[in-house]
Amino acid sequence: MISMDLLLNAVVLGVLLGCFYAAVSLGLSVSFGLLDVPHVAHPAFLILASYGVYFLNDSFDIDPLLAGLLITPLLFFFGLAAYRIYYETFEKRGSDAGVRGIAFLFGIAFIIEVLIILYFGVDQRSVSASYIGKAWRIGDMRIPLRLIVAFGVASALTVLLTLYLSRTFMGRAIRAVAQDQEALRLMGANPVKIKQWAFGIATAVLGVAGALLIIVAPVDPTLDRAYIGRTFCVVVMAGLGSMTGTLIAAIILGVVESIVLSTVGASWAPAISFGMLLAVLAIRPQGLLGRRS
Amino acid sequence: MRGNSIAFWGAMALFLLAVLLMTQVVGNEYPFFAGYVILQFIVLSVAWSILGGYAGYVNFGTSAFFGVGVYTAVFLVKATGAPLGVQIATAAVVGALLGLAVGLLTLRMQGIFFSIATIALSIVIETSVTNWRYVGGAAGIQIQRPPVMELFHSYVQMLFFVQALLVVLAIAIARYIQRSWIGRGLRALRDDELAAECTGVPTLRLKLLACVVSGALMCAAGAPAAMYLQYADPSSAFNLNYSVTVLAMSLIGGTAHWIGPVLGAILLGVTQQLLAVTISSEVNVLVLGVMLVLFVVAAPEGILGLVRRAVRYRAGGEA
Repeated sequence: MISMDLLLNAVVLGVLLGCFYAAVSLGLSVSFGLLDVPHVAHPAFLILASYGVYFLNDSFDIDPLLAGLLITPLLFFFGLAAYRIYYETFEKRGSDAGVRGIAFLFGIAFIIEVLIILYFGVDQRSVSASYIGKAWRIGDMRIPLRLIVAFGVASALTVLLTLYLSRTFMGRAIRAVAQDQEALRLMGANPVKIKQWAFGIATAVLGVAGALLIIVAPVDPTLDRAYIGRTFCVVVMAGLGSMTGTLIAAIILGVVESIVLSTVGASWAPAISFGMLLAVLAIRPQGLLGRRS
Repeated sequence: MRGNSIAFWGAMALFLLAVLLMTQVVGNEYPFFAGYVILQFIVLSVAWSILGGYAGYVNFGTSAFFGVGVYTAVFLVKATGAPLGVQIATAAVVGALLGLAVGLLTLRMQGIFFSIATIALSIVIETSVTNWRYVGGAAGIQIQRPPVMELFHSYVQMLFFVQALLVVLAIAIARYIQRSWIGRGLRALRDDELAAECTGVPTLRLKLLACVVSGALMCAAGAPAAMYLQYADPSSAFNLNYSVTVLAMSLIGGTAHWIGPVLGAILLGVTQQLLAVTISSEVNVLVLGVMLVLFVVAAPEGILGLVRRAVRYRAGGEA
């Protein structure tokens, strides 16, 4: 048996890691969970944001979190444009759009991956900041400061997005569009514009999320493949579109990953999120706090 | 209809004869190395289209089936030294079972959920193989080729011919499915699964059948790859690049007819072989991705759709 200390350590690290997973999944929770866009390219967008942060940090020595904020407006407009293209070519045409929409986004993900490889190379990249490499000691436990930073920022991001979706006019409109698009149209609102705005927000969030990704660990161009498993696992387990669910599901994933890593070994790590995803899809596809029955 | 069938089988026989002749006449090894890969992708794309094209289930797990095919062969070679034919047949059986498992697991899933589940399966199987010491684990495994059959000059030539046989088999099966009630049923469930079910189409059984046939063919296509490369490792055998390549080939060719994936695989396969000689493999994937995206946006029915539109336009112009 493993010792209680080790288990406790794994759980604490898992919770911190889980909050970080929530931050990188929030965007998908909006784009896939609320807007029904089969956004397989979400992890590729995330890695792209991380490389943006890396570029700013490496060339201008900007703090990674600040760099993440700096690229946020850029990502927002990128998201607006991306949704416009997706809508015009697939959603608007209707029939058989599903198959081709998925293939389209899968293709986009690979294009982004290759472009990053061509520009930055296949090597791992990391950022430098004062809080990277240090650790807090609590008793026997050693918690890397970078995970605590990620935990704090991720929690703040989750709370902000939850508040935005529940308190502001636009946020409520986004949730309305997810519930009944036709009703919204009858009220004189344009659902496409609202969805476009929401997709912009979902992409903009990736600025800070991408910064956290590269703060927590070095990134390489094919990392998006691993995050397909993590982000979709979190969003599907959460129940599509639930922000609270996203946080809970992400913490579950983080704790499970952390415990498996410290008991079974790192070689099984890639299978954890994908295995959980398969299990959730097979057993309870509506998720923990599903909006659809 | 009968004349059509005679023409089809005649063409297939001619194709095999040409391949056989080529192995006897051409001395240079390179055409067989390159041609093998193209033939392999024809089998994979045709197999993919049985589920992805006719039934409309986008399978991202081509890599899972391909890799399982490779490792079935690796396991058999290491454990029993079984000959190539047995490796391929066993891989087909394993692939059929895996297809059945995928079908059963994803019964209630549609659209993106099915696609994501197939990616997940691929990664889970890859991780399991990585942790399986007997077949080499993460480091991979070297494989010794047995002596070649007397008919052929080299092992690669033989593999080339074997893969050509698989091409004929895959096309024949796809053609049969497309022209029978199975194909009509699959198309019905693609257009509207609920309506199909209500009008008495056994959607569940058809879907399982498509998964099984598609899976068996993909695994069979993967099995000879172990002997082709004389080496196997999990991260290349289960590489998601196989999934995106096959997806691109099928959709670019067009999935309404079995000839679509064949055209797509030949077009993209030849392009890739040319690019691989001249430029890097990254550019290869880039070209593939860009072509996939362009076709999906601008020519939703693929090359088949473009040809059909051109024919219709010409007919309309003359009338």
